[in-house]
This record gives sequence, structure tokens and C-alpha cells, in this order.
Amino acid sequence: MSSANPEVQQKMPSKKGFELFDFLYKYGTIITILALIVIFSITNPAFMDGANIVNILRSISIVTIIAVGITISLSVDGFDLSVGSTVSLTNAVVISMFVWFSQNIFVALLVAIGAALVVGAFNSFMIVKVRIPDMLMTLATMFIIQGIALTYTKGATVSQNMVMPDGTFSTGSIPEVFSKIGQVPWIIIIMIVVVLIVHIFLNYTKHGRYMYVIGGNKEAARLSGIPVNKYKVTAYLMSAAFAAIGGIVLASRVMTAEINSGAPYLMDAVAAAFIGSSVLGAGKPNAFGTFVGAVLIGILQNGLVMMSVPYYAMDIVKGTVLALALALTYYKKK
Amino acid sequence: MTTVLEMKNISIEFPGVKALNDVSFSTATGSTHALIGANGAGKSTLMKVLSGAYHHYTGEIYIDGKQVSIRSPKDAQNLGIQIVYQEVDTALIPYLTVGENIMLNETVNDMGKKQFISWKHIHEKATAILESIHVNISSKKLVSELTLAEKQMVIIARSLVKQCKFLILDEPTAPLSHSETNELFRIVRDLKERNVGIIFISHRLPELFEICDDITVMKNGEFVCKEKIAETSQNRVVEYMLGEKLEEQFPKNQVEIGSTVLEVKGLYDTGMIKNFDMHAGAGEIVGIAGLVGAGKSELCKALFGAAKVKAGEIKIHGKKVKIKDPSQAVKQGLAFVPEERRKEGILVQESVAANLTAASLGKFSKALSFLDFKREKEVSSQMISSLGIKTPSQETRVQNLSGGNQQKVAIGKWLIADAEVYIFDEPTKGVDVGAKKDIFELISQLAKRGKSIIYASCEFSEILGITDRVYVVYDGQVAKELDTNTTNEEELLFYSTGGK
Repeated sequence: MSSANPEVQQKMPSKKGFELFDFLYKYGTIITILALIVIFSITNPAFMDGANIVNILRSISIVTIIAVGITISLSVDGFDLSVGSTVSLTNAVVISMFVWFSQNIFVALLVAIGAALVVGAFNSFMIVKVRIPDMLMTLATMFIIQGIALTYTKGATVSQNMVMPDGTFSTGSIPEVFSKIGQVPWIIIIMIVVVLIVHIFLNYTKHGRYMYVIGGNKEAARLSGIPVNKYKVTAYLMSAAFAAIGGIVLASRVMTAEINSGAPYLMDAVAAAFIGSSVLGAGKPNAFGTFVGAVLIGILQNGLVMMSVPYYAMDIVKGTVLALALALTYYKKK
Repeated sequence: MTTVLEMKNISIEFPGVKALNDVSFSTATGSTHALIGANGAGKSTLMKVLSGAYHHYTGEIYIDGKQVSIRSPKDAQNLGIQIVYQEVDTALIPYLTVGENIMLNETVNDMGKKQFISWKHIHEKATAILESIHVNISSKKLVSELTLAEKQMVIIARSLVKQCKFLILDEPTAPLSHSETNELFRIVRDLKERNVGIIFISHRLPELFEICDDITVMKNGEFVCKEKIAETSQNRVVEYMLGEKLEEQFPKNQVEIGSTVLEVKGLYDTGMIKNFDMHAGAGEIVGIAGLVGAGKSELCKALFGAAKVKAGEIKIHGKKVKIKDPSQAVKQGLAFVPEERRKEGILVQESVAANLTAASLGKFSKALSFLDFKREKEVSSQMISSLGIKTPSQETRVQNLSGGNQQKVAIGKWLIADAEVYIFDEPTKGVDVGAKKDIFELISQLAKRGKSIIYASCEFSEILGITDRVYVVYDGQVAKELDTNTTNEEELLFYSTGGK
């Protein structure tokens, strides 16, 4: 009796004052995107060029793919911080398969995705069985995998015709068809397909519903007979798999494997996923929102570069946008 | 040098409930005073008033005939009134040492302009206090390494740092083992010798008769009587606790009880439940009666695979089953409506429809696990109308519904899942009278359809009203199996307070 009543009473009177806030919460991201487009178009007419729009989409595609993976881990109330390192690892693996071992494209992709799934399995085991909190565990994994990727490449950039430790040149080459993955239009198509598949998975299948249920109330989910651990494992495997796809696309785009190439994508992807949680008032992590979040970040970055803001100041802006998005989410939760 | 404490005409109201109505209570230092009453009688509320947890009560409090004002915990502590709550973990900081925890109030309130902590002083003083009550715990140990009983003693020690005239112990023995209880009693007797007045809340009558000098009985937020333990008996106290209650409307349940569906033998969980035997037939409503902390929830969770089972066997339709987790339990045809509704039963952020289908989404998916939204909508709207769930639409988030309607959602989930055995743990907790009646009606309907029902509750009137047979639980064990038709509230209370 007493447990339900006070809350209802509290909600009623405060509702009106919060309408503006609710509006901001739902449409804030989209309004910001539109406002940015207007501002950037005025200051630089080239911004709305078809070429530039394609450019923006291309630049956000890798971030979006990784962010979609994070979104899945967020949907079960987890958090995968190791995706950045997983991107570096798969990038190194796939390029090295071509350059060092002269493998064909299928082997290269399979080994890269396999490596990522091992990372996902390791994360799930430590989180589900050993019960280490998600963020802490994946932080540890982030270091481990970063180190493994570095060790694997011996701290060097992997590229065609590179000098091997024994002084010879590597003989393998990257196939022509692989380089297509990272080029327009394929890179954009891959991004759109990933977003669509995950959006459908989370919203229109039984498994997606289970994941949201687990994210909403783990104990209630367990007592409803949902195999919580199985779905948590699935979420981390999927998160790693999308990181692998991100790493492969990145590899194809730059055709080399640089040291820690995935690291810069982590923060952008986390930001996109968190910004996405509030898009259109979803109130939970979702693939479409994540895409919108990535678009916001992409437009900001592109527009600011056009306005000659130096690259080293970019993180200030991105961090601020993330802080604002988080402020919206958590202020509402209160 | 006896100090007398009197509380006069204390009343307090919470939204919709009058928790205390004109209650008077008095005790003195150097004695142990038992406070007893059924669940919801107002014992804890009265003691919270005394310890300053509430400020909006009416009435007066006197110490040695002088009126005092207690409106905050600090007021109470300054007057030498200390309380040890039942949930010891909320009062202690696990990663600080025993000494730091005991001296916490001093460190927080009495440091003044001092900036540095004197470790020597803290540990010396804490050790001295522990020694004074003959408790052998190192002051340098971390609280997180202590057992529950030791934690309790640390809290008692903490309340002795400052002057302590009255010490309130709120159900201190509920989580303790027999030997730990004896140790606690030794401390209580020690403190009594030192002229501290102990107020002892407990559900366990034999204990109260062992340790206390006086007893005050409360019922429905009112004072019933105060007697000397030496001049009363356990049976008389039980009578005082009961009195008349409002007759509630229970549906008549006349179902032929079929063959045995659920059979449990020698069930042990990892803590509370010991050697539990029970069975339930088709169409039978089996009550699990017991007071708070008797182990009812633990039993329900162990049956449903939600808690680890150490030993014992569970048979369904005569076939031995292994239930390792709830998802296996659901496959075996069990359903469980947990007590902590908001925490365990419903998904507050999700819609009514998503809640109703959460336990049986398999029925609502098509090829490739795609959800059948049309069917989900149909079935959930049907369930909403047949259960009379008051909600604007099936898309409404469950957090916006009232407690009773939330409970109906939690139950409706399992009606759609269509189980064989339904386990209800305190299903009427926090539910208004109208919804209560609906829930009883629902349970009786389930029985008519030949389902087995396990109904765990500390509300004995409900147990008597709805069940066919009752297991009375005391301390994690079956104290007595009774036929509902031939028993009464007095008997249930007698066995659930440890009577033999």
C-alpha cells in the first residue's frame, strides 16, 4: 500500500515543469544535428555538397559499426570497453594474413573474426562465471588485447613489402577485392546493413527482447526463466564480432595495420552509443540511435575541420557533446 | 539509579496508513523489555520513533518524568537511546576495520578542528569497549571478514561508545544460529547488569520468555497490554497478539484434489532451509505459513532454482527433476511470483505487454525468432481485461501502475506461460483490498484448472482463507503440517513462534 502511493504523488505535480526537458531529451540530438547542418552550411557552402555528405558517412562508418557492438553490450546492462583493442587486433591479424602468410581473403577474414570471438569468449567467461563487473573486466581485457596486438606485430606497422625481422621483404599482397570493402559505396553499405540487422535483432526478435529485459532488471529476468548468462555471453560475443568487422573495414580502408589503430575509435563509439540511448526518447541503447549519435559526431568533426579548428582541439568538442548527452540521460533518470 | 522511559499517546501516520494509534510504552534501565506483535503491528515503527528516525509523530516522551524532544537520531543518541537495526550491513562500512566502525560516530561528529586520525586512540578505545562486553574480535579486522553475528556485536559495541541508557534490538536473533543467540543473550545480560535498559523486539516467543523481564504486546498499531513475563504465559501472549481481525472475503475453493504433482524430500539450501519435506496435489492450494525471516522466501527460491540447493530431491509428476536455475524450472512447469515485486517480479521500464510475455516469449515468436507483435498484443489485451488490470494501454510502462496492478502483471506473466505448479511468495504484500480479492479469486481459478499452488505468507488470515493444507515453517524447517479446516490462527502462530 504505502510503497506505491508516494511515488505516484511525487510524479504528478512535477510533470508540467519537465515537458521542455522531455522534449529536449527526445529530440535534442536530432535538433542539434539539424542546427549544426544549418550553421556549417552557412559558414561553408561546400558542407552540403554531395561529395562531402558521402565523406561524412564514410568517416563515421567504422565508428558506427563498433558502436553498434557496444550498444549490444549496453542492452544487457553490460559495457564492453575492449572493442577498441579488438579492432586493433583484427586489423593486424587480417593484414598479416595477407602480407606475412599470403592467405586468401576467406582465411584472413575467418581468422580475424575467430580471434575477436576468442576475446569475446574471454570477456564473457570472466564476467559471467568469475563475476567481475563488466566495465572493470573489459578495461583489463582492453590492456591485454592491446598488448597482444602489439606483440603480434612486434610493435611495427604491418604493410605490403615491409621489412621482416630477418631483413627480407614480405612477399604477400593484399587482394584487390579486399580493398573494395573500405571504399565507397561498400563501406557505407556495410554500415547501413549492420545498423539494420542489429536494429531488427534488438527490436523484432525474441532474443533482442530478452536482452532488453535482462538490461532492465536482471533479477526479474532470471526469475522469469530467461537464461541470463547465455544472453550475456551472446552479447559479448556479438560485441566482439562487430569490433572485428570494424577492424576488417579499417584494415581495408588503410591497407596497413598501424600500432593501436583501433584505440581512437573506442571513445567515439562509446559516445555514439550513449548519445543514441536518448534519441527519440528510446531510453535504452538502440542501433538506430547509435547511428544518429555517430552522425552527430561525424558532422561535428567534419564541420569543425572545415572551419579550420585544429585536430588537437577536436576531443574537447566531442567530450563536451558526450557530457551533454549523459547529462540528459542521467538527469532524467533522477 | 533507575532511569524510567515513558512514551505517551504516540501516533504516526504515513500516506494512507495510520501506523501507530495512541500507543503508550514504558520501561526502565536495568531491565529487559520484550516488544511483540504480529507483522504490521507497529513494533518497529514505535522503536523508530524512539530512536529519532521519524519527526512527524504526535505524543510525548518522558525520561525520569521530564519531557524530552526526540526528532532526529542525534536527539535520541544524546539522550542515551541507541538502536541496532535488523539489517546490520546497512549500518557498517565493510572495508573499514572493526575499530573504525565502532568509533565512527566519534570520527564523524567529535573531531572538531582536528584533521588527523589517531589510530592508536581508535583501536585502544574500540578494544576496551569490545573487552567490556567480553567479545573477542580484533579491532583491526575488516568488517567485511566478520560473520553476521560478529557484525551485530560490533554495532552493539558502537552504541556503547557514548553513554547508553537504552538499547533497542530490532529482531536481533532472526539471522543467528543457536550458539550465536546464546552469545547475544550473554551480552544482553551483561548490559542489564550495567544498568542498561534493553528493548528486545522478536517474533520468537521462547526466546523472549528466556531473556526478558516485561513484555508489551502490540496489534494493528495499537497498544494491547503490558505484563510481567513471570506472570504470563506464551499462550496468553499469542491470544493478545491475535484478537479479532477484519473478515476478508475468500472465494470458496471446492476442488477435488488430484494426484500428487510436486514432491519435495530432504531439501537443503546453502543456509536457511533444512531437511524440508512437502508435497502438493493437482488443484491443491498448499500454504507455507511462517513469520518474517522463517525461511519462506528462501524455500520458494530454492524450489524454483533461484537459490542454490545443496541436497534433496524434487519430483514433478513422480519424475525426479534437476532444477539448477529458473530457466530449467520454467521448462519443468514451475512458475514463481516473488515477494520483492519491483526488484524481482516486474520490469518497471518495460510495457505491460512486454512484462506479460516475458516468461513465454517462445510462444510469441515466428520463424527465426521474429516476434509476433500482433499476437502479443491480442493475448496481452485479453489478459489485461480478464485480470482487470487497470492500465491506460498495454504499451504503458509498468512503473506507472499501482502496486496491486503491478502484482497482477507479475501473476499474469505466468498465466500466459501456463505452468503446472505456481509458487506465490507474499502475493498480497503492498496490494490494496480490491486487488487482494482479485488475486485470491485468480488463485482459486488456477486451482480449479487443476494447477498446484504453493502459497507462502506471513498473513495467517490469508493462509486460513485460501489454502487446503498448511506447512508451518519455523527457522527453515517444517514445524508442523496442518489441515486448514481444522486449525486456527492461534495454532499457526503458536507453531510459527517456535512452540512445540
